[in-house]
Amino acid sequence: MEEIIHDQELESKEYFINMGPQHPSTHGVLRLVLSLDGEIIRKVEPHLGYIHRSIEKMCEHDSYQQIVHLTDRMDYLSCHINNEAVCLAVEQALEVEVPDRVKVIRTIIDELTRLSSHQLWWGVMGMDLGAITSFLYGFRDREMITDIFEETCGARLTMNYNIPGGLFFDIHPNFQKRTKDFITYFKKKLPEYDALLSDNVIFKQRMNGIGKLSKEDAISYGVTGPTGRASGFSCDVRKHHSYMAYDRVEFKEILDTEGDCFARYKCRIAEMWESMHIIEQLIDNIPEGDYKVPTKAVIKLPKGEWYQKVETARGEFGVYIISEGQRSPYRLKFRSPGFSNLSALDHMARGCKIADLVAIMSTLDLVIPDIDR
Amino acid sequence: MDNEEIKKFILDHVAEADCVEGTQFLQVTIPSEKILPLAAELKSNETTSFDFLFCLTAVDWPDHMEVVYHLKSTTHNHQLVLKAKISTRENPEIETVCHIWRTAELHEREAYDLFGIKFLNHPDLRRLLLTDDWEGWPMRKDYDDPINMIAY
Amino acid sequence: MNWLYDFSILTQSIHESLSRNFVPGTVVLIEMILAGVAFMILFALLGLVLVYAERKVSAFFQQRLGPMRVGKWGTAQTLADVIKLLMKEPLMNKNADKFLFNLAPYIIMISAFMAMAALPFAKGLQALDFDVGLLYISAVSSLGVIGILLAGWSSDNKYSLIGALRSGAQIISYELSVGLSLLTIVVLTGSLQLSVIVESQADGWWIFRGHIPAVIAFIIFLIASTAETNRGPFDLAEAESELTAGFHTEYSGMKFAFFFLAEFANMFIVSALGATVFLGGWMPFHIGGWEAFNNIMDYIPPIVWFFGKVSFMIFMMMWFRWTFPRLRIDQLLTLEWKYLLPVNLMNILVMAFLVLMGWHF
Repeated sequence: MEEIIHDQELESKEYFINMGPQHPSTHGVLRLVLSLDGEIIRKVEPHLGYIHRSIEKMCEHDSYQQIVHLTDRMDYLSCHINNEAVCLAVEQALEVEVPDRVKVIRTIIDELTRLSSHQLWWGVMGMDLGAITSFLYGFRDREMITDIFEETCGARLTMNYNIPGGLFFDIHPNFQKRTKDFITYFKKKLPEYDALLSDNVIFKQRMNGIGKLSKEDAISYGVTGPTGRASGFSCDVRKHHSYMAYDRVEFKEILDTEGDCFARYKCRIAEMWESMHIIEQLIDNIPEGDYKVPTKAVIKLPKGEWYQKVETARGEFGVYIISEGQRSPYRLKFRSPGFSNLSALDHMARGCKIADLVAIMSTLDLVIPDIDR
Repeated sequence: MDNEEIKKFILDHVAEADCVEGTQFLQVTIPSEKILPLAAELKSNETTSFDFLFCLTAVDWPDHMEVVYHLKSTTHNHQLVLKAKISTRENPEIETVCHIWRTAELHEREAYDLFGIKFLNHPDLRRLLLTDDWEGWPMRKDYDDPINMIAY
Repeated sequence: MNWLYDFSILTQSIHESLSRNFVPGTVVLIEMILAGVAFMILFALLGLVLVYAERKVSAFFQQRLGPMRVGKWGTAQTLADVIKLLMKEPLMNKNADKFLFNLAPYIIMISAFMAMAALPFAKGLQALDFDVGLLYISAVSSLGVIGILLAGWSSDNKYSLIGALRSGAQIISYELSVGLSLLTIVVLTGSLQLSVIVESQADGWWIFRGHIPAVIAFIIFLIASTAETNRGPFDLAEAESELTAGFHTEYSGMKFAFFFLAEFANMFIVSALGATVFLGGWMPFHIGGWEAFNNIMDYIPPIVWFFGKVSFMIFMMMWFRWTFPRLRIDQLLTLEWKYLLPVNLMNILVMAFLVLMGWHF
């Protein structure tokens, strides 16, 4: 067939399409310039910066307590984890050991954040593939976590609960009960997610074998998180560089070898189960104690540099602080997981159709403010 | 491989390397001209095999520029901070490593965009986050923007 | 109330009273105008009801309430939407082909109108009763694709163009399956005239009497007609997550509303067609020989039967739409050409064999 087409030399020209910055499936202001041959993608070129706020430059003028409040504006879906990364880096530099209570609470909050992020991802993923109903289901369940957070820290989106040295407040008296209620509820609902999408024939056809990423490429592109783990790249920071209470809980690192969209999908669903498992182990065993250690009003880190990595819902988030002994860092770099994951998009999407690109982008789970910073 | 062995490995290849044992990682500073052969060796040599570049960034020091590579080996699980010192701030240039670690392509574009470090042989060195007609390199310490002043 | 069971009483009396007062030529003219107005009203009502129904059904599937603010239970929501759409500014791209751009929504509307004219709504309530009614409906309802192609081409937008071309490929392919699945039943009835098809089901609907081939044909019809109306898992022409809104990206205000209305009208038409051919149209649920049961069923007016069956079909289509993810273009064409079409052809053969042997009920 292909030879026949070649013989007749059908003339086809590449053309460009501007996908974004306003487009329903770029989830924000990502702009992709696609070179297309009919419906087949020849090249994807990301154009970034539509929501670049130069947070790194701002950090060079802010105190460490203030910096914490900027990080949740990057990956707004894993805000607690981002905040925690800065806190951990500062605590590490100050050589402060936070109380056990803080460690356990932070771990629970982290996992709740991961759950809520994956719920939103699941909903949006279904919507990107045209099953709008999943969007409502995902948000319905996410609402419960958001309520827990609202009660705990007062905010529903850009939440701030971690501060260098511990937590803003102690947990709300209802926290444990509501979290347990949520886990019981969501354990019933998660199989529904499978029933609606994972077992659907159309869905499987759309996902299987699409957007393949080999393990070598995943490492080379620095693709981390569930996306990297679906390719077989064992990159769970919680396992490899354990922080907070992750070393005392039992959980599996979800690995897959396929590296296609469906593997990434399965990875995230399995991670939701693992997150619930982690919370279950900790929620009844929150130790008594202080919820923070007192720090000075003006934190001055000693001269030196620190790198702290944590596992957000999207992958490895890193904070690189260089301090000259001042109240603000000399240089601060955020290694955001979305930025590196995005770099593999072109590699994965070449030769696919437009509809596949949407599926690939969806399984990459990009958050644009996280990429642009 | 532990830090001592890595240190020895690097000193074998780049004699003028300056190794400091940090609180977390071994920090190695080398002159920027030596980066390409060393990076290629660190990636390909089986005893080191630093295949995962998890962070690439630039730092603007008062008298020089620095490109910082955070490396990790997924097989040996050791980590290393490699710093390439560019002696000039005026027109900093360094070889690209994006054919060794592909993630470097976007990270180097970002460093070029914000610090003005020219990565030689980079396939597509353009502004990434800022508009194409932006003047100056915003993350440099001497960057002055009287219109969008950062209140302090 | 007899006219409710046989509309020809009503139409006859109108015809007679008009004939007494006007010359025959004028009578025809007035009757045509009356029928036209009746269809327009039906069209508008359909739009109002179906949009509301779609929103409520989707809300039901998504565990939410749907429109609740305008009127009791949001019943006046569609009316409010219409007013909003009327007040919107009609925008157009600078380089758009103005004539074709404005023409496209009308072509789609006209094709929907034309198809609706031949539908048998109840006993004696049918504007056009051709002897090739079925062929006519499937012919004119596929004219709508021209409107979609024009809309995509003239919009001066690549997303629109891709959407329109997808739609073209899709409708041309699925037209085959719709036609063939209807043909399966035509083999049974031996006529293309819709009124004859309905009358032939007086002893039982074809889906029950036609053995398994009729059921297969009905399923294929459901899939293919959903695809032909660009709905549900086959809404590739619009595909809001890929092509923003496909062929109608650039339309606003009332012209957009025409596309919107035409989608619902087309949904009604294919549902009515399916109901007529497979589910007996306005014919009540009869079981041959059970006189008492049949009499009770006859007590429900035919028009209720008809709209009941159509609502059932429409509900099925909405169910698809709010459950399934969208197909990809190559999967869509694979489904048609590799699965539905061969199955359909075999199905017709089996059906013809059944009819030849007289094995159907």
